[in-house]
Amino acid sequence: MRSLSLALRQLRREWRSGELAVLWLSLCVAVAALCGVGFLVDRIGRAVTAQASEVLAADLRVESDAAIDPAEQAHALSSGLTSARLTMTLSAIFNGDSNQLADVRAVSGGYPLRGNLTVADRAFGTGLPTREIPAPGEAWPDSRLAAALGATIGTNLNVGSRTLRVARILISRPDQNSTFVEFASALLINDADLAATKLIQPGSRVKYALLLAGGAPQLEAFRHWHAQQDFGKERLVDVAEASPQIGEASRRAARFLALASLVAVLLCAVAIAMSARSYVRRHLDVVALMKTLGASRRMVLGVHLWQLLVLAIVSSIVGAAAGWVTQLWLVRVLRGLLRSDLPPASLWPALVGFVIALAMLAGFALPPLLQLMRVPALRVLRRDAGPPSVAAWAAAAPVVLAVAGVVYVALGNVTLSLWFVLGLGAAVLVLALGGAGLVSLAARVRGNAGAAWRYGVANLARRRTEGITQIVAFGLGIMLLLALAILRGDLITDWRASLPADVPNYFFLNIPPDQRDDFQHELTDQGARLERMLPMIRGRLTAINDKPTATMHFPGERGRGFADREQNLTWAADLGDDNHLVEGEWWTPAQFGKPLVSVAVEYQESMGLKLGDRLRFDVAGETIDATVTSFRKVRWDSFKPNFFVEFPPGLLDSAAGTYMTSAYLEPTSGAMSRLVHRFPSVSIFNIGDLLAQVRAVIDKAVTAVQSVFLFTVLAGLTVLFAAVQASRDERGYEIAILRVLGAGRSMIFASVLSEFSLMGALAGLMAATGASIGGAWLAHALELNYRFNALLWVFGIIASTLLLGIAGAVSTRSMVRMAPRAVLY
Amino acid sequence: MTRDIVLEARKVSKQVSSPEGPLTIVHEVSLAVAARESIAIVGPSGAGKSTLLALLAGLDQPTSGEVWLAGTNLSVLDEDARARLRAQRVGFVFQSFHLVPSLTAVENVMLPLELAGRRDAGSAATEMLARVGLSTRLRHYPRQLSGGEQQRVALARASVGTPAVLFADEPTGNLDTATGGRIAQLLFELNTGSQTTLVLVTHDRALAARCGRIVVMEAGSMHEESGNTPDAGHA
Repeated sequence: MRSLSLALRQLRREWRSGELAVLWLSLCVAVAALCGVGFLVDRIGRAVTAQASEVLAADLRVESDAAIDPAEQAHALSSGLTSARLTMTLSAIFNGDSNQLADVRAVSGGYPLRGNLTVADRAFGTGLPTREIPAPGEAWPDSRLAAALGATIGTNLNVGSRTLRVARILISRPDQNSTFVEFASALLINDADLAATKLIQPGSRVKYALLLAGGAPQLEAFRHWHAQQDFGKERLVDVAEASPQIGEASRRAARFLALASLVAVLLCAVAIAMSARSYVRRHLDVVALMKTLGASRRMVLGVHLWQLLVLAIVSSIVGAAAGWVTQLWLVRVLRGLLRSDLPPASLWPALVGFVIALAMLAGFALPPLLQLMRVPALRVLRRDAGPPSVAAWAAAAPVVLAVAGVVYVALGNVTLSLWFVLGLGAAVLVLALGGAGLVSLAARVRGNAGAAWRYGVANLARRRTEGITQIVAFGLGIMLLLALAILRGDLITDWRASLPADVPNYFFLNIPPDQRDDFQHELTDQGARLERMLPMIRGRLTAINDKPTATMHFPGERGRGFADREQNLTWAADLGDDNHLVEGEWWTPAQFGKPLVSVAVEYQESMGLKLGDRLRFDVAGETIDATVTSFRKVRWDSFKPNFFVEFPPGLLDSAAGTYMTSAYLEPTSGAMSRLVHRFPSVSIFNIGDLLAQVRAVIDKAVTAVQSVFLFTVLAGLTVLFAAVQASRDERGYEIAILRVLGAGRSMIFASVLSEFSLMGALAGLMAATGASIGGAWLAHALELNYRFNALLWVFGIIASTLLLGIAGAVSTRSMVRMAPRAVLY
Repeated sequence: MTRDIVLEARKVSKQVSSPEGPLTIVHEVSLAVAARESIAIVGPSGAGKSTLLALLAGLDQPTSGEVWLAGTNLSVLDEDARARLRAQRVGFVFQSFHLVPSLTAVENVMLPLELAGRRDAGSAATEMLARVGLSTRLRHYPRQLSGGEQQRVALARASVGTPAVLFADEPTGNLDTATGGRIAQLLFELNTGSQTTLVLVTHDRALAARCGRIVVMEAGSMHEESGNTPDAGHA
């Protein structure tokens, strides 16, 4: 405890004397950058998730074929979640004599928990958002149902045993596209009317859902609680599962944002490493003196450890506060770009910021501190007596551990983290070697330029180790920022390309084989651009390699669902251009009619399948045994007909099936009404709203990526600037000597500018090259198409030269002005 | 050993490696210093004076031989044990003062007391600074003090713990003659007042002459200057 009280006293004294300002400032800036990016990522990330959640009308759904235990809703409410009930059943709805099969959806207050219902006064009208649900006694048919029944506002519809009045026409609901199972047109009614309709009888096909929304920890706690209870065949559905397209966009955005945070962390590490070096250098004499005066090594270490810990805590609090204010400011500045209802940030990033700052401080400051402990007391008599040098591995081990730790926390994937750390290590090595070579080269060719330039270059060459260390540090920082810039460009281009304006906006299902050609003609006549038309048959998987699926355990969460449910199956001669094989072979015409099957990777992973497995399907009472010959990766966001399970043509042709297709069609109410009337059995499935949702998610993600990138760059520049500040006092003495020897201020200024600009140019050259290579790898890891950007490469070098030149000049400005006596005496 | 020997070197040698092979800086020096004695180590630059001082104070370890300080054999102690012994029994004054730039005058004097865990560090340091005539400079940082004032702070810091042995390495080397004279006066007054033993390394023959005994270092070897004997002692 003596070391603590001494540490606190020393800290107070050093603080008062201004000795700690630079280290403290760079730590604060580092934590502020980290927390600022963290807060922003947190807020935007949650906004993206919230946008994505609209597809489910909730954050999480409990789905079941049996009524959901009220205890579940009670538990959800008691744990701080909001909830709503949804009951779905198919029933014929009557308007006088005309009737139509509809998906009757009874909802309770609060529905939808995410997103909005939009309603209009007439079918296919322009929808306006509403927070209401049908009142008891009311029914809201969707446009298709209203058109088919000829219903308008005020029409009385018979729903089972109850008569309900049409009060609004439902134009869209957030969860209308969550799965492709809900083909029928929909009728929204109040949960309170459900019992009176008497639609739910023993044996009726009913689906129940409990919708939940709330904070991530509460949702996670609910999942955990749910897993421990025995709720039979209930399923938990989240966004990624409900809508693979949106899941994909969110996942990439989350990864990019995590990467941006990681860049901020690594920039902090650079600042901390440089500040710690400077801190240790400044304390060599003090530690030698303390030892001469009787301080043990343990006490020296204790005092400095406490000092750093207190410094870390104080910096974290101040930095987190500064980060908070900065992201508030940024959100204000970007008001037009970001949604005004961005959810507030949680305190989590501040905590993470503190832990990471501490880990970074431990990793980067501990080795020099341990070295400080070993400074011989003899240094008080012999200035050249320094601490014994440490083995490279001993110095590097804590750094590698700390970096690997935070990389893993940010990326959450062992392989990716491992490659990232290895890449980083390689970059440091290349930067160090390249830096050494370039410094030597610069010294040799400094030639006959002016005295200031010669002195600046000579300075860099003479302080070789220092120069190389700074080139590595700045090069690494700039490289990370440039790599992030490259990724940002690739990510946005990929997203935009994935959803062109004419992507299909309608799905058509249940097309009878005999109407197939007519339907195609009708659509083409209306100017639609049709995609492939695939048959669709319902079937159930019953056994894998003769083992009944009922008795099997599956590796993936969705495996049980796949095994228990009826699925849509198809056959196709060609592999679509939005599919590619990851394993196995696609069938040749010679294999048509053979019992073969190709499955999507999601299906393969959930069921744990391998090539050659035999799958047994029950298709309308007929048993089919087929051998798995290929696995496909499907681009679900192509919005073309796609199936998890595909057979070759000629195998299932006899099974009575219907066809499905998708098309892009200008959404005019007339065309749809005509189609509904001419092909009443065809289910028309408008995915325009889903597309709008996906686009909204992507737009949000793009904004997130842009603003977080901008913020990370600003934070990075500030951190690098602080790092330059940390190294400035080494120059004070030399500048004073030069002044004494008669050098003018402008000459000194020019020499400092030369030294830093050269360092910036060398760091920039290597950073731009490294970023181009690293960016290519990261793009591959994020499944993006990498594009080499020559402009960014040139920009990296110029920006780095200017940045370091200016930062160096500004930071040494006060020294150039200071009277030499103040430094020398 | 006689009853009042407080510092003793027994055939102490120090070798270092150099590009030309091993270099002997101190060669088999033996020396016994009695309590309350004042002894000057003189000699030309490079004779090994400061190295001998470092060995005697336990700041460095001899290659061979033993150093006994206050009845303890330094050669068998590790670095931390030697530091503890210094904290209890030894004070230092250096040519370049070695004040901590971020601490005020009084905080610099408090430092050894704080390291020893003394609760009265503040009052003892203030009192000590008053004794060296710096009552009005307590809150000044080293950079705000003149060279002479800085060395007085260093003297106060060295004496505040009433050490058994005070080591001074060229304490007036960085000061002008007049200031140096006043510092020397103060050094001897403090030494006499607190009954400590003084081991002084200096070029300054006049300063050395004020010590009870003078030893001369030449090319790593030591010999006693005639007319000075251990028994002469400082009054």
